[in-house]
Order: sequence, then structure tokens, then C-alpha cells
Amino acid sequence: MKDFTTALLSGVAALAFASSAMADGHGCSVTSGSVRILGNEFPAIQTIAAKAQECVSGDATFASNLTKDHRDIQVAALTPNPAEYTSAIVANGSIVPLMNDGLIRPLDDLVAKHAPDFPKSQLITINGQIMAVAFMANAQHLFYREDILAEAGVEVPTSYEDVLAAAKAIKDKGLLEYPLSGTYKAGWNLGEEFVNMYMGTGASMFEEGTASPAINNENGIAALNMMKALSEYMNPDFLTYDSNAAAAEWEAGNVAIMNMWGSRAGPVTDDEGSTPEIVAATKFAAAPTLGEGPELATTLWWDGFTIAANISDEDAEATFIALMNGINDATANANPEQAVWLSPGYKPSPAAAGVFASASATPYPMVPYGGLMHTALGAELTEFMQGNESAEQALADVEAAYTAAAKEAGFIQ
Amino acid sequence: MKHKTFLWFMLPSGFAMLLFIALPIMSVLVQSLYIEHEKVLIEVENCVPLGGCTKETVVDTEAAARLKAEQPLGQFNGFGTYTNRNHLATAEIAGFWRSTNSWAEFGKQVYGLPFYKALAFTLTYTFLVTPMVIILGFCIALAVNALPRMFKGLAIFFSLLPMMVTPLVGSLILYWMIDSRGVLGQTLQVIMADPDLSLRASPVLTWIMLMVYGTWSSAPFAFVVFYAGLQTVPEDTLESAMIDGASRWERVRYVVIPYLMPLVTFIALIQLMDNFRVFEPIVGFSAEASATSLSWIIYNDLRGEFQLFGSAAATSMLTILGVAVLLTPVLIRTWRDFKGAKS
Repeated sequence: MKDFTTALLSGVAALAFASSAMADGHGCSVTSGSVRILGNEFPAIQTIAAKAQECVSGDATFASNLTKDHRDIQVAALTPNPAEYTSAIVANGSIVPLMNDGLIRPLDDLVAKHAPDFPKSQLITINGQIMAVAFMANAQHLFYREDILAEAGVEVPTSYEDVLAAAKAIKDKGLLEYPLSGTYKAGWNLGEEFVNMYMGTGASMFEEGTASPAINNENGIAALNMMKALSEYMNPDFLTYDSNAAAAEWEAGNVAIMNMWGSRAGPVTDDEGSTPEIVAATKFAAAPTLGEGPELATTLWWDGFTIAANISDEDAEATFIALMNGINDATANANPEQAVWLSPGYKPSPAAAGVFASASATPYPMVPYGGLMHTALGAELTEFMQGNESAEQALADVEAAYTAAAKEAGFIQ
Repeated sequence: MKHKTFLWFMLPSGFAMLLFIALPIMSVLVQSLYIEHEKVLIEVENCVPLGGCTKETVVDTEAAARLKAEQPLGQFNGFGTYTNRNHLATAEIAGFWRSTNSWAEFGKQVYGLPFYKALAFTLTYTFLVTPMVIILGFCIALAVNALPRMFKGLAIFFSLLPMMVTPLVGSLILYWMIDSRGVLGQTLQVIMADPDLSLRASPVLTWIMLMVYGTWSSAPFAFVVFYAGLQTVPEDTLESAMIDGASRWERVRYVVIPYLMPLVTFIALIQLMDNFRVFEPIVGFSAEASATSLSWIIYNDLRGEFQLFGSAAATSMLTILGVAVLLTPVLIRTWRDFKGAKS
């Protein structure tokens, strides 16, 4: 975090230089090779792909496939030689399968050649090698309606116990029927909510140094009970709400407090989809803690680009140059509300406040078997959330489902 | 047909079936017997933005590549994947059997296992939707057939619409309508005088909703088949029944239905196969919290960061087995009819 703050401050100072340096053009030129990008689909990545494309001219070719299902196809797409894509844009979780199979190349030589002064804080270094270049940070944090909290006479919550108390006050005063919302859709979203809550206890999800699960304990039970208690104040359809649905509820003014992705802060406060009153009253704060903590009950995410291993060095270089242009200060400052950019000259928008306030949270675990645990959580917690199962039973089910999958994937013998 | 002529006649399609059906199934079978190699885990230092540097566990890719080169298929696991907790869960079920005292408790425990939970929905869906599709399709066919000629074209077009709409789109449209703030959801809340009623929140209502959707989307198929069949019902038999004083109901019951019985077998055959593979509505209705099917489990294994090919292959083989078991009675019946017709 310290690195990042320093980078941010020096960046703001350097802003004057940056903007003049960028005024004379793109500062990049790719005339040969091929740039083929696979990535998630949201505004920040679309912007990056568009900026990267601006560099490509002459005999060089450009293609991009930005899709929500990028995680499902990335391993298959990068396995053949030559790979289908020269770059996969990944996050904490999705870089792991690429690493497991050795499908992405170390970037040390490219960084040394083209960006020797690039801030270290943006380089994802694994085992001494640079494996990805991060460009934005993301975390689920508190969104709240200033007007409704004031009317209910409650402070901005700092813990989930406060959130429950605030929800009760809002409901008792008849201000909103379902004051809370969240991304509780069965599957990946529900799994993520549990991981956030569990990380707030400071405990690890696995036994030290092994792939054996360790969530069926008092921390897991506390996390689940809090999720259940929160859901009592949510629309009964909460198990079908992903971030699109939850953001829509927010924009419709049906919700007063939710723990939501930082990347949604810009979209819910823009001039589309909501009324000026709701937008003006929408404020952001750090993610709450679970009880006394010790950590914030959220996980920190980064998004970054990788370069495929199974491609020619020429393509790798072309892709690196184009994408470095896509993530520079000019991109960040032209679209400050699209993401919490990491580039040093970025001047944060008000929508970035929540992610900054949550920057002390634990990063989402990058362990190789983390994805299997996430899938097991998403599938096995639904019965508990519906009230058909005890927390202990749900956690035992998760561990059993995870263990069976981890055996199949070779992590547990 | 002479045997030799028959052989030559069948050869191209037989070859195609071998190539495009039998071989892929064999490869899935082989896949289901293997699991991935043991992953060699090593501790390294990771540095990420904001988080700083930490010790993390990663997979030793060189060791993994070496193992993969030696045995590309992975480790042989026999039927281990079939019997593990995420599939047939034989050990868990034996444990439940010993530890529970009543059938209800045992059933509840077994229902907690993902495979059996999915199987319960899949079978319920198959055995309720199939007859409902046949009955509804037959009723629509009778109704359309009784219309005056000038309305028939339009009526047929509208009756076919549910089948023409892409299943995913059809279920999405319905999904928005039954939202607690949607047209149907709100109406139901008013009718039942329960402002908290939500079709999406209750497992029972979700099941009913999926089955109603399944019937709605498949009924046109049964309708088309029955409607075509109705055009061939012999007029003179119907007329003689009328002369004998049979009412419309009696004519349908004693002439039309027996005449269309082979079509019922045909539709049942196709629908049993289709419904056993129910999938799109679960995704379209975001119903995975309350209802999962065997096809959905396969899909779930193959998406996300980790693809469990062995697990998906095992569930696929179990699904094929399930379809075979379901179809056996119908096929036996068809075979008997065929034998009977020949002699």
C-alpha cells in the first residue's frame, strides 16, 4: 500500500509533464507482428483495447475478444502453439491457471527494453519473475445513500454489525422495505461474498502450505451467520442477484447500503440509469469489518495483462508495446471514472474513494487451488442461505466438494 | 430388402455414426477414467500492487510438464471419479445409511449431495414435463383442427411460437416477467395477497416455474406431430362412429387416441431424451440455487478458472446411462410392435 500511495502522489505531481508529453501523439508504433487480446468485458478494458489498437499500423494486425466468459476459454486459447491470443488480461484469480500450465511468459526482458522506469508497484512478480503488468485495482466496498442514512439517524457503518443496525433502523422507519443488497447470486458471486467475509477474520482458507481446506471453523461459521443476517434485509430474490442486478436495484433507489465492486462506483454515479437525487446521495466508504476485524471484510483485486508463452517474440513485443500504451496515464486520466487506475500519473475520481479506503484489505489469495474452493463455495452455500441447512453442515459440504475436486485436479492425493 | 443390399444401404450412415457418435463417446469414457497428475507445489515470493510481497504456493510448472509428457492423459483413476463425493458418492451414502435412523433423514442427507440433488430435479422434470407436453400438445392439435379453415394458418403460427423462440431468450423474457417487480410477479403478489411472494426465492416455486416453462416451450413440438397425425385419421371410421351415436369425446377417446398411439410413443421417446438433458432454463432463470440438472453439473465443471474434464466426462457417461435406462421400456415396446407387425 505504501508503494502505491507514493506512486500516486508523485504521479499527481508529474501530471503536468505527462499531459504535454502525450499531446504530440501516441508515443507508440507497432508496424509488424500481431496483437490479439483476450479479456473481460467492462469499460476500462474496452478502453485499453481501443488505445492499444491505436498503436497498430502498417503490416501489424490487431484483434480483440473481450467477453465475460474469458476465464472459461483462456487456458484452451493459450495452450496451442501459436496461441490464439498474444495477451490475456487477467486478475488475481484468473492468472493462476495460466501460471499452473506455464502458458504466460516472464516479462523481465520486455520491461527492461521498453519500460525500464516503470513503477515496480505495478509489476506482478512471482518467484522473482515479472509475470503480469497491473493497471487497475478493484475491491468490493461500501456504497451508501447519505440521505437515507441521515433520515434514519445512523452513522456510516464501519462494521457489518453497524450495517445490520442501520438496516434495521431504515426498515423500522419505513424508509425502504429491503435496505440492503449485494452480489449473492449462487455460483461465483456467492463464493466471492464468503471469501470477502472470511478474509475479514484474518484466517487462511487452507492449512498452511498444503491444499487441505480449513474453513469449517468458528471463523467460517461467523462469516456465514453474518451473510445470513444481512440477507434478511435483502430482496428475497438475492440468490439471483449478480453485480448487474444489484447495481440496477441501486440505481432504482431501492437500496440504501451495499458492499459492491469499486468498478461499479463510476457507472452508478454517472448521469445514466438513475435520478440526480440518488446519484448525489450515493457515497463510498471502506468495506466494513466483521466484528472487530482484524481485516476489512473484502479482498483486493488487481487487473493486469500477461503475454502468452506460445507465440513468437515479435508478436510478444508488439503486444507489449501496444498494451503499455493502453494502460498509460493518458488513458487513465481521460477515463478517470472507469476504474481505479494504478498508473503513476492518475488523478483519482471521487468514485475511486471506496477502493482507496479499502486498500489495506487482504489481496484475493493467488493459490493454485483457490479457484476450486471458490467454485465449491458458490455451489454448496445456497442451501444454508435458503435456510435449509446449518452453517456447520454447509461448511462441511464445501470442504467435501472441494476435496473431491482438488483430488481430481491433483492437488490432494 | 436383401441383406446385402441393406448392408450397402446402411454402410455410409453406419460409418458416420461410428465416427461422430461412437468414437467421441469412447473418448469421453476414456477421459472419465483419468484424473490430473499430482501437482508439485513450491513456495515462492509473490509481489502484487497494494498488497506487497508475500510467500505464496505455486505449481512447479517444469515438473508438471515432465509428468504430462510422460503420461498425457493424466493418472489412471479407474472408476474413482464416478464414486467420489461429487458424483455417485458411494462412501458418503453408505455412511448416511449407517448414521441415520429414518428414511426421511436419509433422503435429506442424500439430497445434500450435488449429483443426487441434480438427479432429483432432472427426473422430476422429465416425468412431469413429458406427459404434460403430450397432453397439452394433443389438446392444442384438437382445438386447431376444429377451427374453420381461414383461422387455421394463424392459429398454427401462434401455437408454434414458443418453439421458435430461442430457449435462452424465451426463458430470459419469462424470468424478467416473474421478477417480484415484473408483470407476472406483481400480479401473483396481488392475487395471493402476499407482498413477499417471490417465484425466484422459493425452491418449490422455482421448480414449478421451470416445469411450466418446459411445457410451454416443448408443447408446439407435440402439437405439430399430433396435428399432422390428425390429418390422416380415417374419415369413414369417424363417420361410422358418428352414425353409431358417439359423442365428440367418445370419438376422440375411442378412435383418434388409439389411432395416434404410435405418435405418442414417438413424442415420449424424443421428449424423455430432451427433458433429461434440461439445461437452458436453469441458466436463463438463474435457478441454480434451487434447481440443478445433470447437464448443468457438466457445464459447471467446465467453466471458471479450473476445468475438471474428468469430472465432466464422468457425469456425461452417467447421463448417457440415464437416458439409456429411461428409453429402454419405450424401445422394448417399439421392438415388440415391430415384431408383432412382422409376423
